[in-house]
Amino acid sequence: MKWVYTSQRKEYSNALLEIGKTRTNVVVLDADLSSSTRTIDFAKKFPERFFNCGIAEQGMMGTAAGLAVSGKCVFASSFAVFATGRCWDQIRQSIAYPKLNVKIVASHAGITVGGDGASHQATEDIALMRTLPNMTVIVPADGIETYKAVKAAVDWEGPCYLRLGRADVPLITSMDSSFTIGKASIMREGSDVTLVGTGQMVALCINAAETLHEKGLSAEVVNMSTIKPLDQDALLSSVKKTGAVVTAEEHSIINGLGSAVAECLAENLMAPLHRIGIPDVFGESGDSDQLMVKYGLTSGKIVEAAEAVVRRKGE
Amino acid sequence: MNRYDDNTIQMLESKAKVVRKHIVEMTHSAKSGHPGGSLSSADILVALYFKIMNHRPYDTQWEDRDRFVLSKGHAAPALYAVLAEAGYFQVDELKSLRQLGSRLQGHPSRSKTPGVEMSTGSLGQGLSVANGMALGARLNRKLSRIFCLCGDGEMQSGQNWEAAMLAAHYKLDNLTAFVDRNQLQIDGPTEQVMSLEPLGEKWMAFGWNVIEINGHDMRQILEACDRAKEVRGKPTMVIAHTIKGKGVSFMEGALQFHGKAPNDDELRVALKELEGAQ
Repeated sequence: MKWVYTSQRKEYSNALLEIGKTRTNVVVLDADLSSSTRTIDFAKKFPERFFNCGIAEQGMMGTAAGLAVSGKCVFASSFAVFATGRCWDQIRQSIAYPKLNVKIVASHAGITVGGDGASHQATEDIALMRTLPNMTVIVPADGIETYKAVKAAVDWEGPCYLRLGRADVPLITSMDSSFTIGKASIMREGSDVTLVGTGQMVALCINAAETLHEKGLSAEVVNMSTIKPLDQDALLSSVKKTGAVVTAEEHSIINGLGSAVAECLAENLMAPLHRIGIPDVFGESGDSDQLMVKYGLTSGKIVEAAEAVVRRKGE
Repeated sequence: MNRYDDNTIQMLESKAKVVRKHIVEMTHSAKSGHPGGSLSSADILVALYFKIMNHRPYDTQWEDRDRFVLSKGHAAPALYAVLAEAGYFQVDELKSLRQLGSRLQGHPSRSKTPGVEMSTGSLGQGLSVANGMALGARLNRKLSRIFCLCGDGEMQSGQNWEAAMLAAHYKLDNLTAFVDRNQLQIDGPTEQVMSLEPLGEKWMAFGWNVIEINGHDMRQILEACDRAKEVRGKPTMVIAHTIKGKGVSFMEGALQFHGKAPNDDELRVALKELEGAQ
């Protein structure tokens, strides 16, 4: 499949600039990474509503909480590894527990950060945020979905975590397609196996579905853009049809999308499942395409996994 | 200058005595809680809620109100006692502290308790939140003043220094913070566990206006707040020298009453002392 590529960070910026015009209570914070996260564009347009908190993510989250209780809708950004890791307790205590209107929009998630290596490659961020009560976790699939997710987050009452990647990603949605927090979208219908992807892995699921079609297998592709709350109805209705599942995420196979799907299936509808993701290891430096291959995040691996779970059907 | 007359001071001191009684009673009733650090903070809290702060117990969302963050969240008994006396809820609710289903959680909960502006308890976080409130007040063009009370052991926590930097950088002169400098923490005197001195100099070095006071002298507390109000372009840190367990002889300076409630006999003695105090 020949894809057009979009930048999630650019679309975050576009959404913020638009929101900033009409929603005067929106305030944006960053921790010295605004030129990377692209909050710098909002900072230039609305300087009185942007606060750089410096390399101090814990302080940033506390400051976000204080602004939120003062009636602001706060966006707080940094790299995913820092935005969720360094200040996890601050998010827990000052934002999630009191259920405040803070939207943590983190970029540079996953291994496609590339050359910076393991210290900067967040492969546990979905896990960290998913486990917090009151936290909504959204992983937009592409640039347009990012734009829609940010606009949806402004109207969503309460804490949100939005996970974006550094690299440009294939555009799989369109301005006409719908986006609703908590609702998955079926990107392609099928009957033999369900491929549930999130983020840029959805495009790889679509590629995999095409390969599987050539091999005589009909794959349904689900874009699970909200990890929490998981769209259990969409998942179960698909798996009831297909009887086999592969999940795919640019994240550890522990406690991310794969685990969320496994929890739902185990409690409702047993089916063979295989989780594609980072196999409980840290990342490393490299070119992002090379890293995706090295860590098994390819459509080829999704195809193999799909064939394997189909074989396991009826066990 | 003697801005505050003796009647005002006496009123506040009487109120503080009542608050201290509530603290020992409610922790006794709960059979847990933090009397030592609540007693050392009592005078500051009374001064804030009964003289300094602009607030409306009957209108907790009043947009122009001053705000208070109890960063040393374990002193919740002191905050609850003050809120009850101020009229945010009934005094007899105080005995429900820490019970299942109570609106009075072991550490302050914004969603459960009227008058509590922020959930706290994990130390080192409140000052950042106060910074956010100060920025928010400025954006909303409000004259609200923001107050934050920290512990001294709490000063060991790095996030406070992130908050110190941010407040100075953004010139948050509508923010007045206090350190309850009672010299003790759980594992011993602060200077033995992880020394803080010279504490005042540290805050000055971070760009704050620093005032040192006797944290049990009402007049000094009030005057410190007044002086803070006059300082432009800098937040103020009031280092309030206090005695942990102040007001109850066997709790004063006693490590073990950081997080231990008085038993029946201890409560009896405590109430007798507080009743007899001037």
